[in-house]
Amino acid sequence: MTKDAIVFKNVCKEFSPGDFGVRDLDFQIKEGEMVAIVGKTGCGKSTAFNLLLGLTKPTSGQVKVDGLDPYQSFQEFKGKLGMVFQNDRLLPWRTALENAAIGLEVNGLKEKERNKIAMEWLERLGLSGWEDKFPHELSGGMKQRVSIARAFSVDPKIILCDESFSALDELTAIKLRKEFVHLIRENNKTGVFITHSIGEAIEMADRVLVYKKPGHVAKEITVPSEIDVKKMEELRKNILNGMDIA
Amino acid sequence: MSIKKINYKGILAGLVLLAIWQGVSLVTPSYLFPPLQEIGVDLFYIISNGETLQHALTTMARILVGLVISFLIGTLLGLIMGMEDSINDIVRPVLSFIQGVPALSWVVIAVIWFQQVELRIFFIILITALPNFSFQAFDSYKAISKDLREMMLVFRPRSNQMFRMLIFPSIIPDLFTAWKVNLGNSTRVAIVAELVGATVGVGYQLSSAQSLFDLPMALAWTLVLVIFVIVMQIVLGRFENSLLSWRPKAER
Ligand SMILES: Nc1ncnc2c1ncn2[C@@H]1O[C@H](COP(=O)(O)OP(=O)(O)OP(=O)(O)O)[C@@H](O)[C@H]1O
Ligand SMILES: [Mg+2]
Repeated sequence: MTKDAIVFKNVCKEFSPGDFGVRDLDFQIKEGEMVAIVGKTGCGKSTAFNLLLGLTKPTSGQVKVDGLDPYQSFQEFKGKLGMVFQNDRLLPWRTALENAAIGLEVNGLKEKERNKIAMEWLERLGLSGWEDKFPHELSGGMKQRVSIARAFSVDPKIILCDESFSALDELTAIKLRKEFVHLIRENNKTGVFITHSIGEAIEMADRVLVYKKPGHVAKEITVPSEIDVKKMEELRKNILNGMDIA
Repeated sequence: MSIKKINYKGILAGLVLLAIWQGVSLVTPSYLFPPLQEIGVDLFYIISNGETLQHALTTMARILVGLVISFLIGTLLGLIMGMEDSINDIVRPVLSFIQGVPALSWVVIAVIWFQQVELRIFFIILITALPNFSFQAFDSYKAISKDLREMMLVFRPRSNQMFRMLIFPSIIPDLFTAWKVNLGNSTRVAIVAELVGATVGVGYQLSSAQSLFDLPMALAWTLVLVIFVIVMQIVLGRFENSLLSWRPKAER
């Protein structure tokens, strides 16, 4: 029986009275699970991630990550979370390597150690030779890869990705998705990713949460481990249906 | 302004101005427009004579010490204001009020408040420069990208790490701007402060040149200050460029 890594219980986030980012959001994610979140733009997916990361305070309801409230017990989450944001969010005054090492630096690693680990991640993401470049010298896809390296390099228990692979070219995206799935599975990590690609969701995830405005789960779909073309088409229709009831 | 390239147009403009001055000096009494060589002789005297050089250096030291301390306190205060709304609510009106008082009024007030000349000059520089540093630091702090802040927070940094890794690098460019603005201001203010009661300093020298009706000397002392400000601007610019060398340069 695996533990719940992430639990949302009736979570509401009201930005201003009547303006809900998420409303009655309810879902659980088990340790080691790989979950995709799909939904139309503006339906509150990123807001849910911000709640999960403890960056925003829920108006009501309960968020539990690893048994703790990420907003209340903020500091308890040091080294536990990795987040790849929708935009790259690199520090412009740091090189690719220094950016990839930010989390390690916060965790108190010495420069030599953290550079070694960060460099390994940059290499894994096809960025060797680019480590000394500043963000403005990198292409959009490269920047996104640096931000992926930054999230992975702290070796967190939970990794969140907000639309991260769509910025990459197809080949790198495929390679990276494989790597992502591999890493999560290998180390019993929990992975949650937001994607606009239903194909990507079905391909990578154990389970797909279909989101509907204003920020709640309209449908949960478990992806069977064996899947054929017919079944895939069926799932795709099912997911689209869930999104469209809005 | 780039460092490497020599600004020929600027030099030309300066030479033209000097030529005009020299031309005017030929047709007017020399106590109104002294010829350049007279000013040059006095300037050389100031920087080659130990006693006068000491006057010049004293003024510069007063300005720099005053600025550094205003910078440290002012920036710290501005950051605290940025972090704590309640402190901002209390301190901001006070700083705005202080900033609204003319520099000359501060001189009058300081002369009455402080017997000690150094303390008096220091106070005047501090009180005129500090609000600038505070407001600049405040605005700069508030402008730090929310996205980057959130990115950092995911890693749960301690506040000193947050400061070192995000806040400080973000506000550096604005701190340089504040320095450049305050440098000119504080130089003006320091001279006015030295006019009253000081027995050492450029301000004192200017007032004695005035009482002797010695315009070349007054101009030479003024040049010393102008050169000081320009040299400091260049030093700041170099320092800024080396700290911010990562910045992308637009080609046009
Ligand atoms: N800080 C905020 N203040 C007010 N409204 C906000 C804030 N953040 C998000 N919103 C609103 O909440 C809603 C959900 O936004 P969110 O960014 O979570 O959507 P999303 O599902 O991630 O969209 P996308 O797929 O385009 O990234 C939107 O209507 C947005 O305008
Ligand atoms: Mg989003």
